[in-house]
Amino acid sequence: MPKTYEPIQSQTVGTATPSVTFTSIPQTYTDLICVVSAKAASTAFDLYLQFNGDTGNNYSWTALSGTGTSAVSTRNSNGPAIQLDNYGSVRTTDFNTNISHIMNYSNTTTYKTVLARANAASSGVDLNVGLWRNTTAITSVTLYINSFAVGSTFTLYGIKAA
Amino acid sequence: MANTFVKIQTVTVGSATPTASFTSIPQTYTDLVLVFSSRTSRASDSDGMFITFNSVTTGYTQRDVLGSGTAAVSGNSATRYIGETPGNNATASVFGNAQVYIPNYTSANNKSYSVDAVAEDNDSSAYVSLVAGLWSNTAAITSISISPQTGPNLNQYTTATLYGIKSS
Repeated sequence: MPKTYEPIQSQTVGTATPSVTFTSIPQTYTDLICVVSAKAASTAFDLYLQFNGDTGNNYSWTALSGTGTSAVSTRNSNGPAIQLDNYGSVRTTDFNTNISHIMNYSNTTTYKTVLARANAASSGVDLNVGLWRNTTAITSVTLYINSFAVGSTFTLYGIKAA
Repeated sequence: MANTFVKIQTVTVGSATPTASFTSIPQTYTDLVLVFSSRTSRASDSDGMFITFNSVTTGYTQRDVLGSGTAAVSGNSATRYIGETPGNNATASVFGNAQVYIPNYTSANNKSYSVDAVAEDNDSSAYVSLVAGLWSNTAAITSISISPQTGPNLNQYTTATLYGIKSS
């Protein structure tokens, strides 16, 4: 059977924490899917992603958002992380869904692209695209906010093209 | 190998019907993915689609952004709305497509879901829809149905497949 959505790692927050990291990611898949069901422990916060521990200003992102009353778009260049949401940020009231598709993550000739869907029925819905300006294969993924609430879940899946 | 993206059930509409339903959903997966191809009997180019969990029609909220080809708009409602699909006046043989991702469907938390839907008919009324939904109910999801917002029916050849994804 083809390897589709094969679970690589899964983490559940047992004590409020600002970040979750997947390390030693196998280089045997084509794409990665990161499914997040998260709540903020204290105040609502945007969800950020970094690769391979890179905290330099090597990221950019663009968002298409629905606020519930208007459609808006925004972007950021030369930042320290990819923002995976805009209006559909991680809230304190419910576990909201963020699904990120990291394409060709093991490729060593191209910059890395992320397509993310963020969902918070109370505040907004987003489609974000992010870019990491680095041709290195992705071996770790870090997701962070101010503090993830207990019960937040994070799963990294691998998808193989053949 | 872990069970990943496993097909649970497929429903194909043989004759026009108000709903397509999945019942007795196994509680052994982590997330659910519902993929459907639809067209409704509404006498219009488009129609909205609704989702219903466990036959409960209350406790839903949603926020969306829609692109029509001429405008991008955003709305919100306390309804089961999950995007647009072709109605009966859309170009013949055109069906819309949608994917609904439901994480942690067996949890005792309220249920958040993510919807991407498209309806393109080479005409003036077509949509791309992104929807963030929330069912404020802590029950595990054991059944799911889709139905037209107006309809009254899903047309013949509408299909829907429910998949299970396991995180370990």
